[in-house]
Amino acid sequence: MRAEKICKAFGENVVLKDFSADFPEGGITAVMGRSGCGKSTLLMILMGLIPADSGRVIMPEKRRISAVFQEDRLCENLTVSANIRLVTGKRLSPAELDGHLSAVELGGSADKPVRDLSGGMKRRTALLRALLAEYDVLFLDEPFKGLDEETRSRVMEYTRKMTAGKTVVFVTHDSRECEVLADRVIEL
Amino acid sequence: MKKRLITAGCVLFWLVVWQLGAAALDREIFLVTPVAAAKRLIELVPDADFWKSIGFSAVRILLGFASGMLCGTLLAVPAGKFPFVKRLLSPLMTALKSIPVASFTILALIWLSSKNLSVLVSFLICMPIYYSNMLSGIEALDPKLTEMANVFGIPATKRFAGVYLSQLLPHFRAASALAVGLCWKSGVAAEVIGIPDGSIGEKLYMAKVYLETADLFAWTFVIIAVSWACEKLFLAAVGLAVKRIERM
Repeated sequence: MRAEKICKAFGENVVLKDFSADFPEGGITAVMGRSGCGKSTLLMILMGLIPADSGRVIMPEKRRISAVFQEDRLCENLTVSANIRLVTGKRLSPAELDGHLSAVELGGSADKPVRDLSGGMKRRTALLRALLAEYDVLFLDEPFKGLDEETRSRVMEYTRKMTAGKTVVFVTHDSRECEVLADRVIEL
Repeated sequence: MKKRLITAGCVLFWLVVWQLGAAALDREIFLVTPVAAAKRLIELVPDADFWKSIGFSAVRILLGFASGMLCGTLLAVPAGKFPFVKRLLSPLMTALKSIPVASFTILALIWLSSKNLSVLVSFLICMPIYYSNMLSGIEALDPKLTEMANVFGIPATKRFAGVYLSQLLPHFRAASALAVGLCWKSGVAAEVIGIPDGSIGEKLYMAKVYLETADLFAWTFVIIAVSWACEKLFLAAVGLAVKRIERM
């Protein structure tokens, strides 16, 4: 996947100017920068959800994508497991799903409606949904936002294990997340 | 348990107030005692005509309710999608919400036999309730969830149930809680005006004509009980559907 001379402005506010980068297959690329520098906008353009003003994204056709968005984008009235099964189908047995839930410290929450979860639990549900979906490219927008230090370390470790050998683009402003997860870092 | 005891205590309190009020008035024509109303109800229950009247009214009122539910929900879909349809339907729905039941009924008597009057009246009462609630639900659908479904390539059937229905069912439930009770009230009111043979409305009308206040109270209790049972049963069914979708 490659971004070529991407430009994007919202009114007078130019957020991306002639941004070009390669995102190698089978590697984790981190896009790092301070808040408001256009990281999420770049991710949305790469996913094809918003158009660039100029420039282009070259992505092989029929790529399945998975994502953790800037917001959790969970179905609030569905349970944790139903949210995950929306994207996984019946591919995972209940025991397997429980194992994954425990790995992100959501054990025992499978049957809870998402509306009853805390912010951190919702974020982990969104991350698990993205990790368990079938994908060729995974986009992560600040996936560990709102997690306490201890949980974040465990969840990062689990994410590293689950994404080994996969093509991942993730944005963050945290250098430690880059150290643990990224094969390559692009400063924005 | 404590909550139930408090509710039972409140009901008992008002029954005592009713009993004391009726005893103080001492005129059965104006106000019967709850004991007299209960006695009359017990007398009515074994009568086959009693059950036939309930069946007659229930079938028609629930038919009106079901068609109003279906029509209101289906009309909300294009109205939520196309602003023109919403604007077109807006005066009709506002009129339906504001016109008194008596006006509907008298107008409907010109077109229909009194037998099927309650079907039309319940339909006209329920339809705008479902339309308004479902329309606000459709307008509140989160476009970011649709975008999420596109990104993950969630198949159409799963998307419909998991993404859309899960957001709409709370609105459907709210509409149902309001509509079931109202369709009984309006349906019976229409029957009292149209006096179709063998309906609950006819029984209420006769009670008024012959000043049989005990009958009036007994039949009123029946309407409350049947309406309450319908509401509980329907909401329980909707609740089951919600649970099923929540767990998918």
